[in-house]
Amino acid sequence: MSNDLHSSPRFQPPPERRDFLGLAAIWSAVVGLGVAALGAVRLPMPSVFPESNSRVKLGPVSRFKEVETTPVPEHRLWVYASDEGLYAISAVCTHLGCIVSKEEGKGFFCPCHGSRFDIDGKVVAGPAPKPLLHLLLSVSPDGQLVVDKQKEVGGDVRLQV
Amino acid sequence: MATETQPPESESDQTPPDGNNSLRRYFRNIVDAPRDFGRSMIRHGRPTSDRARSQAIFTNLFLHIMPTRIHKYSLRIRATLGLGVITLVLFFLLTATGIPLMIYYKPSVEQAYDSMKEIQYVVPTGRFVRNVHRWAAHAMVACVMLHMARAFYTAAYKGARKFNWVIGMALFVMTLALSFTGYLLPWDQLAFWAVTIGSEIAQSPREVTDALGITSWCDVGGFQKQLILGANHVGQEALTRFYLLHVMVLPLATVALLAVHFWRIRKDGGLTRPDIEDRTTASAIGSPETRPARTYGLMAVVPGRTSAVNLNLTNTIPTWPNALYAIAALTMLTLAVTLACGYFFDAPLTEQANPTVPENPAKAPWYFLGLQELVSYSAFAGGVAIPAIVVIGLMLVPYLDRDPEDVGVWFAGKKGKKVTLLTAILATVTVIGMLVFTVNNGWLRNWYPDVPQIVITFVNPGTVLLVVFALWSLCVTKWTNSTRLGAIAVFTCFLVAFVILTYFATVHRGPNWDFYWSQADWPHH
Ligand code: HEM
Ligand code: FES
Repeated sequence: MSNDLHSSPRFQPPPERRDFLGLAAIWSAVVGLGVAALGAVRLPMPSVFPESNSRVKLGPVSRFKEVETTPVPEHRLWVYASDEGLYAISAVCTHLGCIVSKEEGKGFFCPCHGSRFDIDGKVVAGPAPKPLLHLLLSVSPDGQLVVDKQKEVGGDVRLQV
Repeated sequence: MATETQPPESESDQTPPDGNNSLRRYFRNIVDAPRDFGRSMIRHGRPTSDRARSQAIFTNLFLHIMPTRIHKYSLRIRATLGLGVITLVLFFLLTATGIPLMIYYKPSVEQAYDSMKEIQYVVPTGRFVRNVHRWAAHAMVACVMLHMARAFYTAAYKGARKFNWVIGMALFVMTLALSFTGYLLPWDQLAFWAVTIGSEIAQSPREVTDALGITSWCDVGGFQKQLILGANHVGQEALTRFYLLHVMVLPLATVALLAVHFWRIRKDGGLTRPDIEDRTTASAIGSPETRPARTYGLMAVVPGRTSAVNLNLTNTIPTWPNALYAIAALTMLTLAVTLACGYFFDAPLTEQANPTVPENPAKAPWYFLGLQELVSYSAFAGGVAIPAIVVIGLMLVPYLDRDPEDVGVWFAGKKGKKVTLLTAILATVTVIGMLVFTVNNGWLRNWYPDVPQIVITFVNPGTVLLVVFALWSLCVTKWTNSTRLGAIAVFTCFLVAFVILTYFATVHRGPNWDFYWSQADWPHH
């Protein structure tokens, strides 16, 4: 039945040139929309992050040299003083971002899913995929200790002061 | 076919302007105005016959998404359990309570929490509206899952309905996304830490890229997290994005998907029903291949076959009043339960978000707690890989199981019931066994402290369960020689695992994610 309809004079195949123009029109529309969509998706990805200045001054260096560990809760880290120098360990759990707490003499412990870390931040138990971050320390011209919260350094790096 | 009804001309329109009684007509018009207004709004009068009521359904913009007649079986409780309609009512209720909440809510890190307190304690009826919004959201997640289980166990995803199942899966994801984005808005501790954990899960593909050493140039995880949060931590940018998604993008997308969902139900031939209900007329409608060719579409000659709309009139009853009363009853029931909950139980609001002190335990909303249990062994497998496999697997169900038999039959009949029951028992034993084992013995790192991270990443108790479930489903398919029963086996496994893991993480996980028999045993701090 539908064959009858298609073989009627009104259903002659369209000329090929028109086919080509139609296809060209459709594909250029598709490409145009695609590029526009990509542009629109690019927008929500920030190129500058709000906390882009991740370096913060923590206070006079001398204060940190005197005590073995100084907690800095507002920046979620600890500063340690050893014979070789100063170093900072981040308190942000590498599993899913909870804040670890210190267990005296044993290392660190995360309340969220029970990850445990030794005194150097190495994973000893639980789901955390990597050690707690050691953060880059430096001294500012005015003698303050500066930490860069987004610069990770090796676990054996010490700041000599 | 119904012809367009002309508006019945009102009496006054017809009175010829004889003589000078225009004032009299004017006063009569005033008196008659309300009735005339009514007539102009609803063209036909009160429909008194089945035919007139059908026409009313057909010509009304809102009612015409329904057919004028509906199959008797579709109104039985056992056909749908009413779950789709209940979910829809909850969606409307959420819209109706969400808009008033927006009047006072301020999506800023400084003010969000205070505005929640204001809604809770100062705004007249604010507490009630917020409660209803919260409980309806939980109920909608639960009902959408039950609705999905109903569609699955009645094989409503076969043949013409394949694609509507996929639309349904998209709606399922939308529902979860709506709940999750709404969770952040109060900006309390619960919100902050649940979303912190959620965004870190989005970042967890780093576990894999780190292991392969390609994170520096292909950081999928970091990209996802930054796209969601607009920053590296949950803060104002994240709140803005979640707010936008929650009040605008996701609801609009959901409405669009719902329109397709309902339109497809009709185009796919109405709700699923067992073949036996149509036996008398099945040959008359025929399969899509043997249905009569289309002759005329709206304006032109259209090639193709007719869609199966209302071809089968036997065993049907008028939509008005039958289906309308059923829908009204479900609406009343849903509203009654939700409003009562909103009146008697307050939605939680913990302390204001504090990025330096995590909640302990920091628990996600209940529907994600099963995943959180898996995440507590390794983030990528539990939070990304397994959910992705499950969602994609469910989407593919109609394309992998195409046996046309047993459509509309709960659990595919007697044999299927046996398979379902047996699977449910085996899955219960497996999941509980797995939990008992891990609680008592720990997991990989407790036995081999030096296992490489990539093993921890992928070998999660959830992965083990997934493999066991997949093997079981393949065995069932082989033994019963039916892909439908294989599908039932794997779906039942997922369902059982979801329920048990959710229960376990809700009740038996306490501070430090340690095991406790009940909350009463939690240590005090
Ligand atoms: C926002 C969420 C959703 C709403 C409001 C909704 C609403 C509905 C309604 C009102 C029906 C008519 C039958 C009934 O009342 O049960 C229906 C049918 C159906 N739904 Fe949904 N639905 C939603 C999500 C889903 C999901 C998550 C799935 C599965 C993945 C799904 C799959 C189906 C299928 C296959 C049908 C046809 C059933 C049949 O032919 O018997 N829907 N839906
Ligand atoms: S966030 Fe620390 S163990 Fe999960």
